[in-house]
Amino acid sequence: MNAIIVSTLLGVIMMFVSWGTSSQKLQRNIGLVGMLILIAANVAQLNGWLSVNFDTKGMLAFNPIGLFVNTILFLITFIYLWINGEELDKIGKHTADYYAIFFFILCGVSILTSFNNLLMLFIGIEILSIPLYILTGADKKNLFSNEASLKYFLMGSFSTGILLLGIAFIYGATGSFHLTMPVLNPVNKMPVQHFLMSAGLLLLFVSMNFKVSAAPFHFWTPDVYDGAPTVFTPFMATVVKAAGFVAFIKVFEVQRIAIGYTTWIIILPFVIISTLLVGNITAVFQRSVKRMLAYSSIAQAGFMLFALYGNSIFNNEALILYIVAYSLATIGVFAVLIKMKDYSIESFNGLAKQYPVLAFLTTLFLFSLAGIPLTAGFFAKYYMLNAIFTAGAGIWLLIIAILFAAVSVYYYFKVVQAMYFVDGTPAIHSIEKNYERKLWVIAIILLVLGVFPGLLFNYLYF
Amino acid sequence: MLLLSTLCIPFIAAIILLFVKHNEKANYVAIASSGVTMALAFNIAYNGAANFDADWILSINARFVLSVDGLAKILVLLTGISFPAILIATSKNEIKNRNQFLSLMLFTQTGLLGVFLAGDALLFYFFWELALIPVYFLCSIWGGEKRIAITFKFFIYTFLGSLFMLIGIILVYSNTPDHSFLIESFKHASLTNGQQLAAFALFFTAFAIKMPIFPLHTWQPDAYEQSPTAVTMVLSAVMVKMGLYGVIRWLMPLFPAAFASHEKFVVVLSLIGVIYASFIAIRQDDVKRLIAYSSIAHIGLMSAAIFTNTTVGMQGVFIQLFSHGINVLGLWIIADVIEQQTGTRSMNTLGGLAKKQPTLAILLVGFAFANIALPLTNAFVGEFLMFNAIFQFNPWMAAFAGVSVVLAAIYTLNMVQKVAYGNVSDATNLMQAPNKSAQFVLIVLLSIVFVTGVYPQVLFNITSDTLQQLFVK
Repeated sequence: MNAIIVSTLLGVIMMFVSWGTSSQKLQRNIGLVGMLILIAANVAQLNGWLSVNFDTKGMLAFNPIGLFVNTILFLITFIYLWINGEELDKIGKHTADYYAIFFFILCGVSILTSFNNLLMLFIGIEILSIPLYILTGADKKNLFSNEASLKYFLMGSFSTGILLLGIAFIYGATGSFHLTMPVLNPVNKMPVQHFLMSAGLLLLFVSMNFKVSAAPFHFWTPDVYDGAPTVFTPFMATVVKAAGFVAFIKVFEVQRIAIGYTTWIIILPFVIISTLLVGNITAVFQRSVKRMLAYSSIAQAGFMLFALYGNSIFNNEALILYIVAYSLATIGVFAVLIKMKDYSIESFNGLAKQYPVLAFLTTLFLFSLAGIPLTAGFFAKYYMLNAIFTAGAGIWLLIIAILFAAVSVYYYFKVVQAMYFVDGTPAIHSIEKNYERKLWVIAIILLVLGVFPGLLFNYLYF
Repeated sequence: MLLLSTLCIPFIAAIILLFVKHNEKANYVAIASSGVTMALAFNIAYNGAANFDADWILSINARFVLSVDGLAKILVLLTGISFPAILIATSKNEIKNRNQFLSLMLFTQTGLLGVFLAGDALLFYFFWELALIPVYFLCSIWGGEKRIAITFKFFIYTFLGSLFMLIGIILVYSNTPDHSFLIESFKHASLTNGQQLAAFALFFTAFAIKMPIFPLHTWQPDAYEQSPTAVTMVLSAVMVKMGLYGVIRWLMPLFPAAFASHEKFVVVLSLIGVIYASFIAIRQDDVKRLIAYSSIAHIGLMSAAIFTNTTVGMQGVFIQLFSHGINVLGLWIIADVIEQQTGTRSMNTLGGLAKKQPTLAILLVGFAFANIALPLTNAFVGEFLMFNAIFQFNPWMAAFAGVSVVLAAIYTLNMVQKVAYGNVSDATNLMQAPNKSAQFVLIVLLSIVFVTGVYPQVLFNITSDTLQQLFVK
């Protein structure tokens, strides 16, 4: 509960900070300090030092995994804000307001990692989404940004409608909003198949796919990611998407039994394969790196969906590692992309000559996205494949996954090739040494996790 | 600790090299590091080394285990000898950003040594990929005109292959009794017939692409041609051995039933590759491509001999793994010296080398004999044993394979004739004073050729124990 309370308070405080000071730098630093306070508050609860709780009648339940995911997502947000702080200032005058919005989103994230009740799921998703529509349209004078915002809003509210309908059906079937074990038939101990229940869960499934941009519900993603101000895109593609996945898993960990096992192992692979297919194949043909990354985030979502396949600790481990590897690498690539004058692949030509360190870091981030060993991305993919195999997936599913992983190498390496092997002058704004140093932090985390992925989980098991 | 330090020395040297901007000093660092590695490799090969074992990833029970058997010893020795030879022989070549080039070379060496030493499947996979990444950059930055597309093809091909192996590893791992990646537990995995077949296919795809076996070889001649020659040497002398090594160390003991049921299939494929590559080699005008195809033929013969599943064949392969590396290294170095000094690799424009640089011509003839596997040369011992094995396996196939010996003589002698004899051509006339460092390396390599050819026992001694383990169950 600490995280929910503190993030809300910080959000409100940030709203009023701009009255106290008009210095963007000060506002930024207050925001960063706020993030640290939020992290500290959450860690305090995770370790049981101090936690503020009040009775929610079982609507929220705080378990170590949820709190751990919170910590990770907050840390990722902190790194993101720390690196992109100056770019945020350039979007407009309302720096403090953006931080307020970030805190509200994190409040939604904390609800999504701890809900135990479908109404809380709904509230969490709304708290998460509405600030996002604002962020997408933050660049008020830019028509693309406006278009993206409107599109996101329309599609988002549509999917929320589906979510609500699903919840209503489930309520109709069970008479409760709680995430509980499905009703078992006393004779054969199989879950009772209830039409309303199955229909409701299916609607929930569709709506959650929407939120994590899985095909065939992904159509909003490229336009929104492309149209939103570049500085916000990595946040939407990482922290927000990760929170969506955690919620997705929480709903279906228990409830999927009610859909029926056979239905589940038909519809889930269908969604996974179409997501991998659409994401990877479309990314191959993009000329703009930003759009390519938007499609690649769909493809990565396909890989993360594998976490839904099984029901064991392996799946949670795999998802957490995947979230960390994918989020940090994406934030890193976008941090470089944002310094580019235009987003075409050609603008990366010859980057390695002019900025060897920056090019090396970018290569590392792309390697991690592609899942090359020595980077966290490799173990993320490995853990995921191992988890689904343990969960009983056929080898054919693993083979499809690696075929698409090989496709992804193709488009990630196009950027590497442009940087190292093509001569030219990169269209890039000047980079300060300090900025490179910040990116090193991400790179080192990725490398350390790329050799010792276990470090991430030590926390979970003592 | 000996094994760990063998792995660490090239790695640390590679990192140091990134900061040594001066060309000469960079050369010294690289050669010194590879020299020390060579000394350690000799020590490992003849004195053995204790296993190194440390925790790595506890939650999935992966361990950082380094161990050597006879097979690994001979390949560590080959890697140890190849790198100083390559670095010294090409030390005079013009290379932009030499320190980066050398650094990537040493990273490659680290990866290769890791592959040969790893005693844990996940670690093996890790190094398997790590050996590839620096090569990708080496070829794409310093390679020929069409380098980018061709290296990328090579990269995607092998990367996809190794991903198949990763699935195979997951498959076997989840069936091991103690959920561990150690090679010993992999051998005791309880796989059903179907699973064994699937795992065999997955591992074999990775190894077959790396070797390469017909029809998965299409990346190779282009990659050899377009890579900078120093990298081509690494690729053909050491890196292709990764595939053969994988088959002997992992595929054979892990999936004996599936291995036995696919013997004929793979032997036939390999032999088709041998004959096919030999015929193409005859038609080549480019020296580099000729050596590339000849190398495919030799590797194909080795893979056929492995899959005959006989002691004799395996004995031959062990010897030939080393000998082929030395021979092909010699040929590449000569080709590189000629290209550096004349600016061409086309045999039709070369000629009269014997008049212009007699020492080099003599060395060329020496290595050419080794390439044809004439008696007294090292390749004779290995090839004799391998043909013997194929004959035991199936006389008709041996007859078919025997054609390749004739073909090898045709293309190799044709090359010697065109390059070394005849009138001095315009291109050859450009050749200046002999390249002393390259000649020194060549003489050392040629003496290895003859010493191991006359007294192969020095190599048999290293591998005899592994051979027994493989076949005496």
